[in-house]
Amino acid sequence: MSAISFPEPVLAAEAEEHAQPRGARRWYRQPALATGLILLGIIVIAAAAAPLLTPYDPIKQNLGASLLGPSAQHWLGTDQTGRDTFARLLYGLRTDLRIAFIAVLLPFCIGTVLGSIAGYFGGWVDSVLMRLVDIVVAFPFYVLIIALVFVLGPGQRSIYIAITLVGWVSYARIIRGEILVAKRQDYVLAARAGGLSAIRIIGRHLLPNVITQAIVYAMSDIVQDILAIVTLGYFGLGVPPPTPDLGSMINDGQNFLTTHWQLTTFPGLAVVVVGLSLSLIGDGFADLIRPGQL
Amino acid sequence: MTAAAGQPGGPETGTALDGAAGVSGTAPLLSASGVAVSFAVGSALAARIRHQQRLLRAVDGVDLDLARGEALALVGESGSGKSTLALALAGLRPVDHGEIRFDGRVLPARRSRADQRRIQMVFQDPYSSLNPRLTVGGMLRELLRVHHVVPSGEVEAYSKELLTLVGLGPDALRAYPRQFSGGQRQRVAIARALALKPDILVADEPVSALDVSVQATILNLLRDLRGELGLTLLLISHNLAVVRHLCDRVAVMYLGRIVEVAPTARLFSDPRHPYTKGLLAAIPRLADSAFSQVAAADSGPAVAGDMPSALRIPAGCRFRTRCPIAQEICGTADPALTQETGDPAHQAACHFAFTAAPPAAAVAARVAAAPPGVVPGVPRQRQRKD
Amino acid sequence: MSEMSFTKSSGAAQPAAGPVLEVSDLHVQIAARHGTVRAVDGVSLEVAGGEALGLVGESGSGKSMTLRAILGVLPPEARITSGQIVLDGVDLVPLSNSDLNRIRGPKMSMIFQEPMSALNPVMRVGHQIAEGPRVHLGYGRSKAAERALDLMRRVGIPDPERRFRAYPHEFSGGMRQRVMIAIALSCDPEIILCDEPTTALDVTIQDQILRLLARLCAESGVSLIFVTHDLPVVAQLCQRVAVMYGGQLVETGDVRAVLLDPRHPYTLGLVRSAPDVEYVRDSLVPIPGSPPSLVTPPSGCRFHPRCEFAEEDCKVLPTPLRVLPGGRSTACLHYERCQDAVAADRVGP
Repeated sequence: MSAISFPEPVLAAEAEEHAQPRGARRWYRQPALATGLILLGIIVIAAAAAPLLTPYDPIKQNLGASLLGPSAQHWLGTDQTGRDTFARLLYGLRTDLRIAFIAVLLPFCIGTVLGSIAGYFGGWVDSVLMRLVDIVVAFPFYVLIIALVFVLGPGQRSIYIAITLVGWVSYARIIRGEILVAKRQDYVLAARAGGLSAIRIIGRHLLPNVITQAIVYAMSDIVQDILAIVTLGYFGLGVPPPTPDLGSMINDGQNFLTTHWQLTTFPGLAVVVVGLSLSLIGDGFADLIRPGQL
Repeated sequence: MTAAAGQPGGPETGTALDGAAGVSGTAPLLSASGVAVSFAVGSALAARIRHQQRLLRAVDGVDLDLARGEALALVGESGSGKSTLALALAGLRPVDHGEIRFDGRVLPARRSRADQRRIQMVFQDPYSSLNPRLTVGGMLRELLRVHHVVPSGEVEAYSKELLTLVGLGPDALRAYPRQFSGGQRQRVAIARALALKPDILVADEPVSALDVSVQATILNLLRDLRGELGLTLLLISHNLAVVRHLCDRVAVMYLGRIVEVAPTARLFSDPRHPYTKGLLAAIPRLADSAFSQVAAADSGPAVAGDMPSALRIPAGCRFRTRCPIAQEICGTADPALTQETGDPAHQAACHFAFTAAPPAAAVAARVAAAPPGVVPGVPRQRQRKD
Repeated sequence: MSEMSFTKSSGAAQPAAGPVLEVSDLHVQIAARHGTVRAVDGVSLEVAGGEALGLVGESGSGKSMTLRAILGVLPPEARITSGQIVLDGVDLVPLSNSDLNRIRGPKMSMIFQEPMSALNPVMRVGHQIAEGPRVHLGYGRSKAAERALDLMRRVGIPDPERRFRAYPHEFSGGMRQRVMIAIALSCDPEIILCDEPTTALDVTIQDQILRLLARLCAESGVSLIFVTHDLPVVAQLCQRVAVMYGGQLVETGDVRAVLLDPRHPYTLGLVRSAPDVEYVRDSLVPIPGSPPSLVTPPSGCRFHPRCEFAEEDCKVLPTPLRVLPGGRSTACLHYERCQDAVAADRVGP
């Protein structure tokens, strides 16, 4: 064996110049990402720990204590049926965040699969899928979602279906574009030369190299989804009434805007903060990943 | 030096091949006949509207035999179709016309996994040919499992053996491609190609993306592996020096065709096609005689002009637009690969390849027409050998 | 420009005409995340009028960075920390970018490896060639166009009247490089800096371009610095050669002397490891190891960890260029061993 070659030292020093290991760009070095993660962390923990942070039930009405102002017992006061606003805010965040995270997963998966197929195989499959995408894209996002939920009837299930039907196209487009680029790389040819199946090449060789773009997009997509859910709630098309939800809280409080501004302002602020933190995470994550991409 | 004779037998298939000249009497391991590959360029819609297909004939009717154990070089400039031919032979690019036989059997358009395994490739750019998200071990393990090359318990040991074979330590198994230098990456790529125990290794410009001092290590490695494993090697290169170092036989491609095939020493000492002659003359060299050769102001270029586009292949001989000895016949008749009498190993596709002098009659006619004292039409002899 | 100056074989001293370009003790540093990269570390060069100097080295040797420093187009994170670059009696290092702009073009110009990315894709080729004379020489529209046509003829672009109005994408690689050369020549510079101008070209086209450059050198007396990793190309075109390793010069001298009879083990390694069409060896001799880190370069001679002749003193002593008889110089402390090795090589095959 020794006759064969002049081994260069394995893992040469030169390699350090070619690629920085991922760890070198620590997440906390990115101010946007750090801020976003801390904000979202606080919100998610608060929502998850809602029963510990507040003694009040978000659903049970207490008409004797309706429309109280902020006080030591009720930090943000109560609404017209005497429910604690702070408790409803926390539980509302719980509902909306849960729906948003689940709602982003389905279009992510479906869009990724369809986008990979379109990008890798091309031809008529690609043409059909992309025409479908064009049709969906032709409608404004919120209008289409509201129309779909209206047709399907209010409720969580409808929200999932509507967001999935509308949301997959973005992922499909992103993944398709990335795959079109990545499949020109020689490692794909090498995998084909190795007799690997198309499914294996897509799943094991292409997707790990392109999925990051879709993840970055998913971060901003969640913001869109949360806004959609809140909007639906506001229109009374979201989660049915007793369950707390930021959109319905804003709507309910609207009537008392002049006298009890906290009823609408704080749910609204919560939406803004959640959206901001997710956007910051999305941007920071994109910065973190992009320089490392070839 | 050559391992060509090392593997005399191989599984003898009963079919007697009618393919033209092999190197010796034995049936070729891989044989291409009339292979043509073309691409549609420009937008499909525009082509449909204009009712025309813009076909780029990258490979345009190639016959080529590869004997077991030999190292054959496919040489040409960019646009000659050499890489496309290599991909077609490796089953990675569909063939429009012609057939490719392996061990006497015609390979179908969609190759089975077992057939695919027989021909493996090493690519030019080691930075794009390794998946950045897979460790070397992961890369090898996947191939070995899919093809059941070794029992699953031995995958790890076999992978280490492969890495040692290409001159990398076993700790490279856990490394990602980004941790390697260019030369080391190319070693990984070679290990990956060898993992499937292929009969034929197709190397497409394996060193042209590497630094000079690293090129040597990879060329030596390929040469040693050939001797050790009895590999059949198809080397695609634009660098004739590399070819001369590594190969037994050379095929020169120009604009989608093979214009000359000969044993290496023969091709370098006695090229017959004017393109081959020009190509050889154009190589910069380090020999004593070559210094400031170029600075000698009187000498013209080795080959004038540019290669025409493969969309507009000249009628007749496709080299005639740049050929110093082109005659009328070259514009009308497309020369086929012909051999010198009695020597099937050396073939060239030129009307005047094996005639002693360029068409005497034609030159004589022009001399007669020219003013006295001038001898036009005599080709520039640009062969340093003499 | 005297036409004879480039025939002088000893380049080290040019008593008659002073050097056109004189680089002395040039240092270029790049601020990187993992430390300061000393990309060019004390390089001194001289180029005489009409002379073609080959600057040879592998990737990361600092050859391209040297060229960029001379032209004043370093990447933003790199800067010249010390040294002088004297072109025609003027030190370029302290000059502002706008001052440099008056020098780039009429005094020096550059030819790149990738002509396609160096040419403006949406501007007619003729106008790109005519731009320099209009800006720097104050030519009017028609006079500049005339000059462009003349240059196109000189660099061998067939049918210049028609090609004048073409765009770069309508040209082949070789023709684009001819356009680049025409642009480089358009203001009659003293020196043209060439960064691997033939590496991306096919061998027959490379041959054409090399011949063109050699002819232009001889005709117009323009000097060249030709950066490449390809030794045979240097042998064909250049009169003198400077070999770079790890940001420093390791050997300079007459091209024939340096490449045929090297006095530095790195040059010897480069010559031995390159396959040659004329000379087939049983096995190429690669240079073991990998290039040095430019952040923390090896002490003493930078080549010592890869050198077969290295001694203890190579690890500690500084290795400046030392002048040898015959106008050549080497950075090797034990250059006699190279001499012996070359002699042994000669006997071998």
